[in-house]
Amino acid sequence: MRRYALAGASLALIAFAVPGAANQDVLQQTGKPEQWALQTGDYANHRFSKLSQITRDNVKNLKVAWTFSTGVLRGHEGSPLVVGDIMYVHTPFPNVVFALDLNEDGKILWKYEPKQDPSVIPVMCCDTVYRGVAYADNTIYLHQADTTLVALDAKTGKEKWKAVNGDPKKGETNTATVLPVKDKVIVGISGAEFGVRGHVTAYDAKTGKQLWRAYSLGPDQDMLVDPEKTTSLGKPIGKDSSLKTWNGDQWKIGGGTAWGWMSYDPDTNLFYYGTANPSTWNPVQRAGPDGKPIDQKWTMSLFARDADTGMAKWVYQMTPFDEWDYDGINENILADIDVGGQKRKTLVHFDRNGLAYTLDRVTGELLVAAKYDPAVNWTTGVVMDKNSPQYGRPQVVSKYSTFQNGQDVNTKGVCPAALGSKDQQPAAYSPRTGLFYVPTNHVCMDYEPFKVSYTAGQPYVGATLSMFPAPGSHGGMGNFLAWDAGTGKIVWSNPEKFSVWSGALATAGGVVFYGTLEGYIKAVDEKDGKELFRFKTPSGIIGNVMTYSHKGKQYVAVLSGVGGWAGIGLAAGLTNPTEGLGAVGGYAALRDYTALGGSLTVFTLP
Amino acid sequence: MRRARPVLALAGTLGLLLLAIEATGQAAKKEKNGKWETADGTPTFNFAPDGTVDWYTYSGFRRYHSECHVCHGPDGEGSTYAPGLVQSMKTLSYPDFMQVVASGREAVGAARQSVMPALGDNPNVMCYIDDIYVYLKARAEGGLPRGRPAKRADKPAAADQHEKACFGTK
Repeated sequence: MRRYALAGASLALIAFAVPGAANQDVLQQTGKPEQWALQTGDYANHRFSKLSQITRDNVKNLKVAWTFSTGVLRGHEGSPLVVGDIMYVHTPFPNVVFALDLNEDGKILWKYEPKQDPSVIPVMCCDTVYRGVAYADNTIYLHQADTTLVALDAKTGKEKWKAVNGDPKKGETNTATVLPVKDKVIVGISGAEFGVRGHVTAYDAKTGKQLWRAYSLGPDQDMLVDPEKTTSLGKPIGKDSSLKTWNGDQWKIGGGTAWGWMSYDPDTNLFYYGTANPSTWNPVQRAGPDGKPIDQKWTMSLFARDADTGMAKWVYQMTPFDEWDYDGINENILADIDVGGQKRKTLVHFDRNGLAYTLDRVTGELLVAAKYDPAVNWTTGVVMDKNSPQYGRPQVVSKYSTFQNGQDVNTKGVCPAALGSKDQQPAAYSPRTGLFYVPTNHVCMDYEPFKVSYTAGQPYVGATLSMFPAPGSHGGMGNFLAWDAGTGKIVWSNPEKFSVWSGALATAGGVVFYGTLEGYIKAVDEKDGKELFRFKTPSGIIGNVMTYSHKGKQYVAVLSGVGGWAGIGLAAGLTNPTEGLGAVGGYAALRDYTALGGSLTVFTLP
Repeated sequence: MRRARPVLALAGTLGLLLLAIEATGQAAKKEKNGKWETADGTPTFNFAPDGTVDWYTYSGFRRYHSECHVCHGPDGEGSTYAPGLVQSMKTLSYPDFMQVVASGREAVGAARQSVMPALGDNPNVMCYIDDIYVYLKARAEGGLPRGRPAKRADKPAAADQHEKACFGTK
């Protein structure tokens, strides 16, 4: 026994001594309930806080404690961080970072404003959003719109190093936060609407030196996959898994970018993320040499990769041969839950395609795949029979196949719309209830693909689409719902007038928070979704709600500032009055409810 | 101030032009191979008495909602990201429209960063620039309702030929 104890102690010492264990800091910082040290709350992406001062009984008394204007008008995604006595607030382009002193109602300790060429603005597809900075080891990591990665001293705001991850002239940009893991910072890239070939890249956290890059598509060595050891649904992926599923060299401009959230499991040392759509949006142009659908691996996929080497352990493609722009980039929540009467180490993912997936996060085994919006109609579901050649694949309904209907044909009434049943707006998981709290879109579309040609740095889209609220439903364009990922069932669902484009927060006080596009922050009961509190903030909310505690008092904070994909579609109102598909009486535009402007609102109990 | 005059003059001419169309109905427009133009040769939209839109207006609807709507919003209505075009297309001339689309435009200041990219070398835009122009004109001045035009004329052979020539395909 003693010998074992000694061995354990020396291991722990080594773990602290080597620079490879620097992520101990992230684990320590995110382990303190009074802080919010990662955009995702913790490595597991739970977005759950152990703080319990604000309860179901007293949340109705919440009052605004202080506010802060960011001075930027664009869509404000992500959330502030709180580490120690400092709050870090970011903005969309030009990506300003403020360090605010919580001891003095948010007095500005330092401000960092990068210089970026404004020509990056129009290559950012759907607004110049930014989903926030990351913190590790007294360093703030800022990943700018123009893909410059900057390490800042968290106390002073001084630059430590800079690295450039991509080229905006080719349409390569960034909107995502980064994942600090051990001695590395792992970053993604945006630009699938510009024919960018997607990848994730690791940089040395201390120096900014590039260490490895793993592409989503192309030759095996570029993707950091092992044909024998990397598996998909339990089987080796085999040689040239990506090259074989593309027509010619289309993979070179094939998309599959990685612009979403990442999670990390310290037990297995795997990090998880999803890949985006194949370029173009016109599936006919991407068909195989025989004119038939071809998978376009590994776009629309979930990757589990080793955080040290980048090597893929497993990968699962959710939407082979995409025909609707259902990017697979949404967050992967790591939770240990009951599935079929057994406690499983799962990964839960609410995909744009309208299906919620529960997988074994160690092996990549598919456990549950179910629609989390009853409106979803493009598929009858995923084949779960392991002996079927179609195992793990969604079955496409011909009527809604933009490929089968063909080029220059308007495929009508596809649910969900291209923005998905859920986009990047992250869900929360509460270990108290074992439920997932999911902000969703309830929008359908008409989609007409047609031929386009590729020019570097120019949009490479190739489809016309129009969107409208899901027909035959409550008339709104969103739902906020609670999900049982073990059984694949909706537990409760609150209709919302607009898409819920705000990340949820679950708390030990039994209260779940989220924001709405009209600008309300809402608090609901974790049990049944009953609304307990609402407050209208200065602008529509597409940011994520966070909580922290300072000097013994719990605070809840959220960024307002409407914009993003939601702002593009909804500002003008989506309803197509000529089609009669929308809600009875049509639908009011978002601009009747809110206007642009970034601001932070911080709440507390009196 | 000096700049204001030509704009006013242009607005005046446009006003007269509109009056002329009003007075003479379809006579001020002429059709060539399915494509309509005003008396001075500027491309324009056309609605048949039963509401059928000409091919180019319909084509413009499609191309707009592929290339432009992610910034300028559905049906030219604008977004939080870029201005609506239904108003501005009432006064923007054809040459100025071409200039802005091809070369881009920047309005970057303390309060607002608005950048229109130069699309001059993007064939998906430039091969259909007249289509997009007449579609937006139809939205701005022709009373074309939001959404997909319900009825459209067939694609003229000339449109096919132009497309192939423009993309350099056979």
